[in-house]
Amino acid sequence: MLDFSRTYDVLVVGGGNAAMCAAIMARAKGASVLVLEHAGQSFRGGNSRHTRNLRVMHEEPTSQLVGSYLEEEFWEDLKRVTNGHTDEHLARVTIRGTTSAVSWMSQCGVRFQPSLTGTLSLSRTNLFFLGGGRALVNAYYATAQRMGIDILYDSEVEALEIDHDVVRSATITWRGFPATVKAKTFVAASGGFQANIDWLRQYWGDAADNFSIRGTPYAQGKILRNLLDQGVASAGDPTQCHAVAVDARAPKFDGGIVTRLDSIPFSIVVNRDAERFYDEGEDFWPRRYAIWGWLIAKQPGQIAYSIFDSKSAELFMPSVFPVIEAPTISDLAAKLGLDASRLNATIDNYNSAVQKADFNPQILDHCATQGITPPKTHWARKIDTPPYRAYPLRPGITFTYLGVKVTDRAQVLMNSGRTAKNLFASGEIMAGNILGRGYMAGFGMSIGTVFGRIAGEEAAAHALN
Amino acid sequence: MHSTDAIIEARRQAEVCNACRYCEGYCAVFPALERRRAFTNSDIAYLANLCHNCKGCYYACQYAPPHAFAVNFPKVLAEVRHETYAAYAWPRAFAGVFERNGVIVSLAAAIIVTVVLVGVGWLQDPDVIFGIHTQPGAFYAVIPWSVMGGLSAVVFLYSMLALVMGFVNFWRDTGGRASELADITPLAQTASDVLSLRHLGGGGHGCNDRDESFSTLRRWLHHATFYGFMICFASTGTAWFYDTFLNWMAPYPITSLPVVLGCVGGIGLIIGTAGLFWLKLVSDQEPTSRRLLGADVALLMLLGTISFSGFLLLGLRATPAMGTLLALHVGLVLAFFVVIPYSKFVHGVYRAAALLRNRLELRNSTAPQRVLPAKPADKGETAEIFSASAK
Repeated sequence: MLDFSRTYDVLVVGGGNAAMCAAIMARAKGASVLVLEHAGQSFRGGNSRHTRNLRVMHEEPTSQLVGSYLEEEFWEDLKRVTNGHTDEHLARVTIRGTTSAVSWMSQCGVRFQPSLTGTLSLSRTNLFFLGGGRALVNAYYATAQRMGIDILYDSEVEALEIDHDVVRSATITWRGFPATVKAKTFVAASGGFQANIDWLRQYWGDAADNFSIRGTPYAQGKILRNLLDQGVASAGDPTQCHAVAVDARAPKFDGGIVTRLDSIPFSIVVNRDAERFYDEGEDFWPRRYAIWGWLIAKQPGQIAYSIFDSKSAELFMPSVFPVIEAPTISDLAAKLGLDASRLNATIDNYNSAVQKADFNPQILDHCATQGITPPKTHWARKIDTPPYRAYPLRPGITFTYLGVKVTDRAQVLMNSGRTAKNLFASGEIMAGNILGRGYMAGFGMSIGTVFGRIAGEEAAAHALN
Repeated sequence: MHSTDAIIEARRQAEVCNACRYCEGYCAVFPALERRRAFTNSDIAYLANLCHNCKGCYYACQYAPPHAFAVNFPKVLAEVRHETYAAYAWPRAFAGVFERNGVIVSLAAAIIVTVVLVGVGWLQDPDVIFGIHTQPGAFYAVIPWSVMGGLSAVVFLYSMLALVMGFVNFWRDTGGRASELADITPLAQTASDVLSLRHLGGGGHGCNDRDESFSTLRRWLHHATFYGFMICFASTGTAWFYDTFLNWMAPYPITSLPVVLGCVGGIGLIIGTAGLFWLKLVSDQEPTSRRLLGADVALLMLLGTISFSGFLLLGLRATPAMGTLLALHVGLVLAFFVVIPYSKFVHGVYRAAALLRNRLELRNSTAPQRVLPAKPADKGETAEIFSASAK
């Protein structure tokens, strides 16, 4: 039972990777630490529970990583994917910070494994957690408990009261009851707002109702909103979020990795009107999957259908949901609720535009269509071998970019340009400083781990001073 | 293997696993699963027996209950595994004994022990039963060698036959051929997998024996049970050898090989079975199937009791209690021989068979089973990924 009259040295808002890294670091420095996790124990860990790796800089091969991945290459990769929407200094702090993070993670009980099957391209840059993100979260919680960190589940922080650049207290709801918690310093690690449909609706209108949120339903952005409303400076584009194509049958929240679909380059994709709307074979799938969420979000009803025939059935990872199958295109259209004559026309049109060439899923094979708009520039084969198959697609939102502005010591910056005296931030709530746009596999966990550690260390130093 | 609720549920969960794959570093089950796109009943039966029930995947699972997908792979595989014991049982008529296996094994043991005790009391002169015998062949004064050895041998040979037939049933059902058994390398690898319990290591740092925390306790307790059992078996074999070829009859001196082996093995069995039983009581019940507990406990108790009665017999063999204790010990051993093919003991056969199938699959999977989505060779996922601007 928690003593609410106690003043903790460090109060950590959130219970994901960044929060636990901060909590453990602060406790290791001797601070008393309270972690307030909105979720119950079963769903603790925010979006970290759906992750599987982090991107690390390394100068030579390690037990789980091949080759080397040096700071400059890492930085160039980041610069490219963000299109310059980044902060070079903070980015380099993160990149360098990953080198020492790995052994520290091991000490915290996190285990690693070789890159997973089908992710060979990441075997040089990304270190995979054995068992995935939930196993990592478990390791951190076990370490936190061993170190004597107090953890409260089912505890939503509603507000941090800022007064003259100082956070005085936290207003929380604990198991449905209001309470106030005092601490000397605060670490905001409560994630983005991607699970807050009303907030998404501000930028996307009613389309937001048709989004599937791939991760935790607890990322409501409550503290982010609260801080921004109190004069905290923001970072990252508020209108953006990372979105991929997921199976339309995915649950509204928490579908995680298994709902994503890799069938698009080997199929044609039509909208509700049975019309194609984008080049499905534009580039290798890992280079294109992140645009398909938005492409579908812009279609009527935010729904699309990836349609292929039995030739392509085994070219991609199996989906968790059953493929929709029919002996004819008309039957398939009926099952999908599409206009049969229109779908037949679209496919006939596409088939007659397909040119003879050597299909090869491993390369940009230039099997392209001719004379249709939009074209399909690679892997275009006739859809003519029944049974015909389809997956329904919706936009799946991974994370939002808007966050609070921070210094390289994880101190939160106010609009005035001053730093909040006792407020630090780590993880998704400040990732927009560094990843202002785009996506780079495993980099969110890199930011969370590095800035989580910095925030914990700084918060403890501030509190114990 | 016919469809059952457990198989259908296991298939549903396996499809979630196959789309996720975060657990492939834990054990052989997940790579084996990933070699398939669809799962037949026999595939599920094979995966279920390949699972060592280390539970690492359950605690790592982002889809474990209360998530809507409700993936609890160790639990559903345990249920399937138990159903395979019935499905592959020989003769088929005895499949039903796996239904309430804990009760049946316990009852069978109780009845057999009672029959032996009553039989000895009835047929043997009380003066002999309660007399003190220390001469060579003392045990056979109470229960004649021909009865003890003959009965045990007949029952044991039958049970071995039933196990072999069970293996054959499993092998055929999972698409195996006899010719596959001829290759020595996979057999040797499988032996190593079995003897080391390679896959009861959670990928190297231990299993979730009790809860979220990791330990290798269950592995060591199983080793104690397994090697304890084998050493006891070696003790019996040595005694048989002495008796048959050297004409040296039991009881043997404390320092003799059969007694030393019996003591070492017996201690292993007692520690192992007691420890495994304790683990079952204190472990998190979520990833386990409560209704299968009886079968586990019955076999553990039987093995533990045999060891315990063996020590009692050894300690009191020079007293008037020897006759009764001998009857008790022989009765328990006989009961064990009877239930071998109809108890949890069969898990060893099917686990080994599944491990062998796994080794054969690994050897044969030279080419990838599926064509992976094309990857850029240079930058992987870092390359040119950007989200389209909003609106």
